[in-house]
Amino acid sequence: MERLGLPAVRIPARASEPMPAAPGPFVLVTPTYADGEGRGAVHKQVIRFLNQESNRAQLKGVIASGNRNFGIYFAHAGAVIAAKCQCPCLYKFELAGTNNDIERVRKGLELFWQHQHSTNHRLQKA
Amino acid sequence: MTIHSTIEPAARAVNWNRLQDEKDLEIWNRLTSNFWLPEKVPLSNDIQSWATLTPDEQKLTIRVFTGLTLLDTIQNTVGAPTLMPDALTPHEEAVLTNIAFMEAVHARSYSSVFSTLCRTAEVDEAFRWSEENEHLQGKSRLILKEYRAASHPLKKKIASVFLESFLFYSGFYLPMHWSSRAKLTNTADLIRLIIRDEAVHGYYIGYKFQKSLAQLSESEQADIKDFAFSLLLDLYDLEVKYTEDLYDGIGLTEDVKHFLHYNANKALQNLGYEGLFPENICQVNPAIMASLSPNADENHDFFSGSGSSYVIGKAIATEDEDWDF
Repeated sequence: MERLGLPAVRIPARASEPMPAAPGPFVLVTPTYADGEGRGAVHKQVIRFLNQESNRAQLKGVIASGNRNFGIYFAHAGAVIAAKCQCPCLYKFELAGTNNDIERVRKGLELFWQHQHSTNHRLQKA
Repeated sequence: MTIHSTIEPAARAVNWNRLQDEKDLEIWNRLTSNFWLPEKVPLSNDIQSWATLTPDEQKLTIRVFTGLTLLDTIQNTVGAPTLMPDALTPHEEAVLTNIAFMEAVHARSYSSVFSTLCRTAEVDEAFRWSEENEHLQGKSRLILKEYRAASHPLKKKIASVFLESFLFYSGFYLPMHWSSRAKLTNTADLIRLIIRDEAVHGYYIGYKFQKSLAQLSESEQADIKDFAFSLLLDLYDLEVKYTEDLYDGIGLTEDVKHFLHYNANKALQNLGYEGLFPENICQVNPAIMASLSPNADENHDFFSGSGSSYVIGKAIATEDEDWDF
């Protein structure tokens, strides 16, 4: 996330730490913890965060990391959250991501937010 | 007067309800739920497919699997056990026993492939070859040197991550290649189970490495990093020669090298380091990537698509007891 250089809020890994609230519309970037059958893909803390209705309402998309060694369950958290929260899985990358991944995500998010804003604008007018 | 007695610390029982590091339980659960045995895979369905390989392709395949068996044997009998005395928690030691045993299962699996598909004499020849191939022996020696020496605990972990996350891949390439041509697909299923396990092993040992590394001074950290990159380059030189030995005959060496670069970078990332090889030489043949993670690329880059044609996933197993909406 540091390499991406975009404003971000961290969901703490430990349940004992305070859970932040979504500051506005956001894209979730999440690791994957799935086992061989895809179970447990989404970290408990991410689930806790999304269980908060006000956070979920602002979720516009998800980007997931993982490891291709997990075969069909590569970055599975993205698919699980997309299905559960009815939002698009925008991108998947491996481990900490390559420079190419960072560049694609940065440019992609820029376009994505532009698109979101113009859609909102049209909706407001209608 | 002196008292002639040594006070030994009390033997400690491992208490899984008192964790110092939650990662230990998480990985224990992951590894135990991923447990498998080669009997689970219907290898005999590959008998007809095996017969479609040329004698040279069969020989190559047996040699590749024998090389993999050697690495799994090292990891089972030396690698994982040698990390135990350095464990930070009793739970970590228990996880390492699981890793050691699964490496034994991996090594045993290749023999299941052999007994299903190959003639004994061919297999015996390959085992002889593995003892005589200088590059295979060379990389084993480099790794064993770090395991056996009174080496720094972190150097042992580096060697272990490089074995698990880098050295296997010159071998894993071949079953993925056959599978991309619809050959030996059951064997490929078995190899994918091994590949999955190695990912967890590399991640966990890399995690423990990073935790201990953070305790060191800056100059010690710099020494460890220098060691890691120089060991990687030494291993890489041997891997390239080993790859040429094996794959020049079927013209796949360059393709395999890209796969090596890609995995070397992932091994470094497991240790918390940046990749070494530039991305243009890490572009793996898409057929191999598809063979490694079937379906993984479907809708995975929304950004490069039209921007409106994404598909929201459906029928995905979620743990509904955790989600309360």
